[in-house]
Amino acid sequence: MAAEGAAERDQMVLLKQGAEAKIYSGTFMGRPAIIKERFSKAYRHPDLDKSLTVQRTKAEVRSIMRCRMIGICTPAVYFVDMERHRIYMEHVAASITVREYIADLERSCSANHVSALRPLAEKIGATVGLMHSHNVIHGDLTTSNMLLSRLPKDGPDAGGDTLDGYRLVLIDFGLGYKEGLAEDKGVDLYVLERAFLSTHPNTEALFSVILEHYKLGYGKGAADVINKLEEIRMRGRKRTMVG
Amino acid sequence: MVIAIGFEGSANKLGIGIIKDGVVLSNPRRTYITPPGQGFLPRDTAKHHQDCVLEVLKEALDTAKIDTNDIDIVCYTKGPGMGAPLVSVAVVARTVAQLWKKPLLGVNHCIAHIEMGRLITGAQNPTVLYVSGGNTQVISYSQRRYRIFGETIDIAVGNCLDRFARVLKLSNNPSPGYNIEQMAKRGKKFLELPYVVKGMDVSFSGLLSFIEERANQVLESGEFTPEDLCFSLQETIFAMLIEITERAMAHCGSQEVLIVGGVGCNKRLQEMMGIMADERGAKLFATDERFCIDNGAMIAQAGSEMFRSGQTMAWEDTFCTQRYRTDEVEVTWRD
Repeated sequence: MAAEGAAERDQMVLLKQGAEAKIYSGTFMGRPAIIKERFSKAYRHPDLDKSLTVQRTKAEVRSIMRCRMIGICTPAVYFVDMERHRIYMEHVAASITVREYIADLERSCSANHVSALRPLAEKIGATVGLMHSHNVIHGDLTTSNMLLSRLPKDGPDAGGDTLDGYRLVLIDFGLGYKEGLAEDKGVDLYVLERAFLSTHPNTEALFSVILEHYKLGYGKGAADVINKLEEIRMRGRKRTMVG
Repeated sequence: MVIAIGFEGSANKLGIGIIKDGVVLSNPRRTYITPPGQGFLPRDTAKHHQDCVLEVLKEALDTAKIDTNDIDIVCYTKGPGMGAPLVSVAVVARTVAQLWKKPLLGVNHCIAHIEMGRLITGAQNPTVLYVSGGNTQVISYSQRRYRIFGETIDIAVGNCLDRFARVLKLSNNPSPGYNIEQMAKRGKKFLELPYVVKGMDVSFSGLLSFIEERANQVLESGEFTPEDLCFSLQETIFAMLIEITERAMAHCGSQEVLIVGGVGCNKRLQEMMGIMADERGAKLFATDERFCIDNGAMIAQAGSEMFRSGQTMAWEDTFCTQRYRTDEVEVTWRD
């Protein structure tokens, strides 16, 4: 077992260390794979640490499966190792994060990057709307947790539901869960709004495009969520009252 | 050379501080302390500030040994905070500004915490965790604003601690949070509490209801001691704060973290943040109770920065506001 573990480790290359997990590239049964390993956080009480790690690994796999069932692009899950808190999943080829994509556009055409980003905002809105209409809450919607994967030209998926040759892939469902309440969906949108506006200043117009297409993607019931979002924004302001 | 005097009274602390080019000349403070089981109400707090503001002002001037003629700028907390205490202190700042014929600047309380933290610790461009009785925010600077990446979506962390202290009837002297911290050191058994992180935001209200409801029951049954509950509460809410700070640091690619605000002087919070920072190869900056807890010098420091960058405030704009978000202020003194 030890030798096998060592051999496997040799093949794993650390790509990135996030806040709670290490992301490796490697292989699973001969296929290129991404391995997400949640590691223990030394600052946390051991009981709390264990419970959060198990809870989030499960939550992540469940939410990914739910999204795939309703046709939202997420990496396919190959295997889950609960002992080592690892998820083996599909390596999304030729991808960049939405965050990088927006930053690149801001650099290359700063004058009208907002209008250039409109199709992306539409796609984000529609995708999150569809996800919420099936009661899946992501829990950490930021532009770092959305990938744009370049589609092969003339490939089977080209055209149709794509965005200038890219498809939008949602990742990092560690805080995800299933919930039908408008409150939870509203908070999910609020998290997205805050992350979007703090990371990409002066893009308020884009967020309203996201909301418009959220309504379209969601269908009936979207108005309740948007009303909740307004309510949560008011709550958000309240906390600055006392210092 | 800039000499600034700052007046702070947005919550239950009244502080007046004098700063000369980043050196604190004086920084006296008084705290309004309520009996165990009670919080501070705006009206009584305002009365407290009114009663001792002149004495504190005299102390600040005497300790600093400066001539009021040498003061360049008078600064006061414009907000956010409790209305009545804010106004009680602002009226004194407005009066002395006119008496001494000095310009007056209203300062955002949250920005003042950040600027004081940067001054004392020397942190260059840190991700800031601002934790106090009324605020819980994770802040990072970009494009002339202190942008809020994460915050509480309901009550502040200090409020959660204070209200739990009331359940246990802990003393409010010197502060409920300090007494919880001391009790937590003797806690051993961990009670699992609701852990609510939503992206880079946190929520404490569900956790507070949970522990308020269960506290008496688990104490009476002897299953947990008050020390265990303080320990469990601290471990849980601090882990939430560290997690969102780490998320923001990962998101912004930051290698520095600064803790400010009253809860920021909690040693356990600083220790946990230090472990997290170490793991990331980042550096932790924190200050002690003199500068973490609300004080006058921090208002003077933020005011000096504003003054140096050429900001002025028309007399009719020198009012107070209870709601004043950190990201509303244009940061004219940083690149």
